[in-house]
Amino acid sequence: MTSIDLPFPALALVPKTDEKQSAKDFKSDQEVRWCPGCGDYSILSTVQGFMPELGLKKENIVFISGIGCSSRFPYYMNTYGLHSIHGRAPAIATGLAVTRPDLSVWVVTGDGDALSIGGNHLIHALRRNVNLKILLFNNRIYGLTKGQYSPTSETGKITKSTPQGSVDYSFNPVSLALGAEATFVARSVDSDRKHLSEVLRRAAAHEGTALVEILQNCNIFNDGAWEALKDNETGPQNVIRLEDGQPIRFGANGEKVVIRSKNGHIEVADAAAVSESDVIVYDSRTEDPGLAFAISRLSDSHSLTDTAIGVFRDVQRPSYDRLVREQMAEAAAGGPGDLQSLINGKDNWQIG
Amino acid sequence: MTDQVAEKQVIPVDHVIIRFAGDSGDGMQLTGDRFTSETAGLGNDLSTLPDFPAEIRAPAGTLPGVSAFQLQFADHDIMTPGDRPDVLVAMNPAALKSNIGLLKPGGDLIVNTDEFTKRSLEKVGYSGNPLEDDSLSAYNVHPVGLTSMTVEALKEFPLSKKDAERAKNMFALGMLCWLYSRPTDGTRVFLKSKFGKNPDILGANIAALEAGWSFGETTEAFSVRYEVKPAPMKAGTYRNIHGNLALAYGLVAASDRSGLPIFLGTYPITPASDILHELSKLKKFGITTFQAEDEIAGVGAAIGASYGGSLGITTTSGPGVALKSEAIGLAVTLEIPLLIIDVQRGGPSTGLPTKTEQSDLLQAMFGRNGEAPVPIVAPQSPSDCFDAAIEAARIAVQYRTPVFLLSDGYLANGSEPWSIPDVDSLPTFEANFATELNHTNEDGTQEFWPYLRDAETLARPWAIPGTPGLEHRIGGIEKADGRGNISYDPDNHDKMVRLRQAKVDGIAASIAPLAVEDPDGDARVLIIGWGSTYGPIGAACRVARKNGVKVAQAHLRHLNPFPTNTAEVLRSYDRVIVPEMNLGQLALLLRGKFLVDAIGYNQVRGLPFTSDELVGVITNVASSL
Repeated sequence: MTSIDLPFPALALVPKTDEKQSAKDFKSDQEVRWCPGCGDYSILSTVQGFMPELGLKKENIVFISGIGCSSRFPYYMNTYGLHSIHGRAPAIATGLAVTRPDLSVWVVTGDGDALSIGGNHLIHALRRNVNLKILLFNNRIYGLTKGQYSPTSETGKITKSTPQGSVDYSFNPVSLALGAEATFVARSVDSDRKHLSEVLRRAAAHEGTALVEILQNCNIFNDGAWEALKDNETGPQNVIRLEDGQPIRFGANGEKVVIRSKNGHIEVADAAAVSESDVIVYDSRTEDPGLAFAISRLSDSHSLTDTAIGVFRDVQRPSYDRLVREQMAEAAAGGPGDLQSLINGKDNWQIG
Repeated sequence: MTDQVAEKQVIPVDHVIIRFAGDSGDGMQLTGDRFTSETAGLGNDLSTLPDFPAEIRAPAGTLPGVSAFQLQFADHDIMTPGDRPDVLVAMNPAALKSNIGLLKPGGDLIVNTDEFTKRSLEKVGYSGNPLEDDSLSAYNVHPVGLTSMTVEALKEFPLSKKDAERAKNMFALGMLCWLYSRPTDGTRVFLKSKFGKNPDILGANIAALEAGWSFGETTEAFSVRYEVKPAPMKAGTYRNIHGNLALAYGLVAASDRSGLPIFLGTYPITPASDILHELSKLKKFGITTFQAEDEIAGVGAAIGASYGGSLGITTTSGPGVALKSEAIGLAVTLEIPLLIIDVQRGGPSTGLPTKTEQSDLLQAMFGRNGEAPVPIVAPQSPSDCFDAAIEAARIAVQYRTPVFLLSDGYLANGSEPWSIPDVDSLPTFEANFATELNHTNEDGTQEFWPYLRDAETLARPWAIPGTPGLEHRIGGIEKADGRGNISYDPDNHDKMVRLRQAKVDGIAASIAPLAVEDPDGDARVLIIGWGSTYGPIGAACRVARKNGVKVAQAHLRHLNPFPTNTAEVLRSYDRVIVPEMNLGQLALLLRGKFLVDAIGYNQVRGLPFTSDELVGVITNVASSL
């Protein structure tokens, strides 16, 4: 699969390669230094395995990160890479994406990097819809600083900096992104290579900012944070897999459904107790983000029951960088600027 | 009209300093700008100083709401907007109260008597009417009913009284144009372009302008009018230009001369925002402007653009620099071009947003974690902002480094005639992007090493994404010398810190030596400054020399690194005076680097030095020898 057939071809301006690529081509010569067992390994492997699908010239791909464990990611990709400063990767990537439409720009960040110190840059990148793919590794903890609570840690969490339990209320990254009117919002899981690859595929095709929250396990400081979703027994009970055109049905035997309740809200119901026509059929391309938001709110931040994964929203809005380029082209339509005439101005006079 | 003009005596004068002062809503800046344009067109040398509050419209008639504009124009080369005005136009009691102390004894005071009501006087703490007692007897007072005459002149226009009153600044302008024999043609053209869509407002403003002119001719309030002949200037095409505009044009020129597209990532802040406004209009020059969500995102985006092969620029003032510091440190270690333009204002914190100061020198020099040297360039006059911007860009590109350009509020908003350069005469410099592998291993295989340096400049290769074969990863963590991979090796870090410093120090080889102006050649006192103090220091030196005091003047364009002959220059004099609009930041650097006993003269009043006070300083120091 080397071409993406969508009305807004996000990668249309990025040069394609004639060479056959494999995951190996995207592995850098750097020794990977994450802790053994870290969820980042499987994400790295999935991304490296997915990249050849894009069929892009390797030199036209850039990974930009902030600070944190996840932000070491660019060092391990054999593309151009920039490991920047804490929280600022979306801002730096914005400058690059706006000026270089021939690049495929990816941001790798974590829950602390993106939602705490860099929260401002994240929401503004999302509202602007800059052509960036943001991979947010969410492990609900600060790993690199050795175990303080993060903005996605559940209230009451006991960590090094919250010996009596955190009194902070947590962010839900998907809800936040939808609130910022992001045009593409998805969630996947580090260990689910197939699902993550599919989400990456749709993110890459999307013109504008794509936010992909990846539930990632930190086996040192917050081991098992997502276990309720990954465990073979509890997982199917808790995970709602969103699929376009499909009724929202989950549970080990599809016994649970999501329906619209009488008060206009949505709720999880027993499939046997409702008629099939009451079950919501999901469509991520719905312009109104209301349903996506409501589904993101079903999840309980402690028990993780009713947590949806998949593409929540995938709508079209011209990207910021495209609009900027259009204005520049419009300004230059009458020919390029003439510096001498600019500095001469209109009010000048001659001497001698 | 001309018949009547001939009735009044025309007195030639060599220079005049006028100060317009009124309420923020009175249009004093516009009046000053227009008077300046007409004056520039006549070929006078001139220099301007807008002096306005940070509040957009403080309550009418109050002292905090007073906005002033001062200009000096002359038939000879001048260097400052002048110390004390010869003429003060005071539009209300607040303007009178806050500016009368500046007016020269015997100076002309033109007052809008209509605003001197009991209530307005009380509002600013006048117990009686100063126009009716003898408190203004030191001045030549011209009482003029500016508001009422404007309203009377506009009675045929279908305007409310309030709208008619708003044209009183044009009445004042017309009157001053008459008094100083300035044309009004340029202002008519300006008004047409500004109000062309509203014929009543346009007509009213022109009528007010004409009424003001006619009033000057006919009133007995003015018995004479003045004339200032053009100043001799070298041949060329001239225009009047403000510092911020010259700076913006300098950036466009840097783009033109380097072939690099400009990306401005910035956040609005006084007094730097005009550079953003200007560049945002110039997209046809391939300039991208990005108004970011905050100061950090502004510089971050500029770094991202530079990484991609643009000339990344961020514009700000002191508080913004503080926010950008970490990102500037990133650019230091990434070793990529970046321009940080700091239009300094009074600090600390929010400080005095619309007033000038030079107090960010040490912030630019040292305001980052770690050893993070950044070159610093400073313009010395409004038009010099053009050349300084090109020079800062040259250093950034040739040495792959962030560069500070330290302008200030006085330069940004001040204006002067500018001899417009021929674009072809401007310096060129090239990006020289890396395209080839640059390192051969022992086994003969080749690699790209992003931190292999140019032997002469110590600059590293600028390999931009999209270049095949040069894919590499860099970041804020210390990098191994040459290869550029992450390195925590102690000796490597020590080496890299020293290499980055040596690279910045080495820029001195590419800059002009420090020039000294000493007409007699035997002065024992040196006065040395940087940035916008050039005008007042230069003007003071001229006066001091006229008084028989020998003084040498030097002015630093480069503050990091200093020119190679700086130590030699400083040590050639028995006394070194360093006037600064801060508490001695350059003096600290000169003392620290050159062990010279620099004598500071420091002031942080939000205003430029007067040349008068500097003459005093020079004279005192010289007489102590």
